[in-house]
Amino acid sequence: MAADYGGTGAPDVHPSRTDVVVVRRGEVVVKAHSVRDDPVLLAPRLRAAGAAALSGIMLAPLDTEVLTVAGRAVTVWPAGQTVDPDTAPWEEGARLLARLHAVPLPVVSPMPAAGGPARAARAVRRMAGDGPVEQLIRMTFAGLPEPEPTPGLLTHGDWHLGQLVRRERWLLIDIDDLGVGDPVWDLARPAAWYAAGLLEAPTWDRFLGAYLASGGPALDPDDPWARLDVPTRALTAQLAAVAVVNAARDGRELDEVEHSLIEACDRIVGLPQGLP
Amino acid sequence: MQCPKCRGNMRTYERNGVHIEQCDNCRGIFLDYGELETITRMESQYRSAPPPAPGGPAWGAPSHGGHHGGGYHHGHKRKDSFLGMLFSS
Repeated sequence: MAADYGGTGAPDVHPSRTDVVVVRRGEVVVKAHSVRDDPVLLAPRLRAAGAAALSGIMLAPLDTEVLTVAGRAVTVWPAGQTVDPDTAPWEEGARLLARLHAVPLPVVSPMPAAGGPARAARAVRRMAGDGPVEQLIRMTFAGLPEPEPTPGLLTHGDWHLGQLVRRERWLLIDIDDLGVGDPVWDLARPAAWYAAGLLEAPTWDRFLGAYLASGGPALDPDDPWARLDVPTRALTAQLAAVAVVNAARDGRELDEVEHSLIEACDRIVGLPQGLP
Repeated sequence: MQCPKCRGNMRTYERNGVHIEQCDNCRGIFLDYGELETITRMESQYRSAPPPAPGGPAWGAPSHGGHHGGGYHHGHKRKDSFLGMLFSS
């Protein structure tokens, strides 16, 4: 199929932990989406990625129609260079998110809801065990204060360093959770790494500083943590839940990094009532 | 100047514009007229000053602020585990 879009050479299957299948053939990448992804919801997300308003922000697809192969939704993309963790473009990622969040919604409407909050709830639900760690994570998630209502903006929904590729410039990829939501959720995963003591303060400052300097609308520049706090707690619970599920699947204990997330949950649950 | 309490030697210090005499012997402190008011005024200014830009949530990792223990640089296993997390949903 990649060959139909000009891909050449041997197919290269990218490893994935989920049921998503990504195959690269030369310059063309074909993605078979999760069976969970609703093709009806993917269509407007794919159209948005191809819209002129997102040019230079998100990678544009080679085909703006969602295809179907053996009952699975499939999309086709140009290949790009992925992030080298030693030279990760944190600032560029933050600037791209700031620009994404600033895209006027009417240009891409109608769009479904962004997938971040549902993804967090799903991760917490997926934990099978009922030990003290699972209970702590469930308590963290269940105890989140109600979010203050905010105007919905265009939001990526699942941002991390794997969601950047470089062609002539860095671009956002992955439309699966793109939609209307609270854009703070796009910043909450790095924020959760930082709050857990995993991401170093200078790196976090570079990311946050670049977002604010680009006029990113998700945060109050005078008090960025006012809006970050609650979604970052949610992402902390989500990351901890994913770690528990991964460790159970691999038949191993949590490692030191994963433990940092459990400790962060412990600190969240220990907060005095009434905060933030 | 001699300490009015123990007759020890008083040493003079200047701190933020406040003139303080302290006894080398009993460590007692002598304030000149008006200096207590100066200190009280400075204290209330300190308390009403806006807090510095918060660098993280109230529940953030305790190592924030000083030298950071976490991150890329501590051990291969730790580094690999966190790198995997940086790139996965």
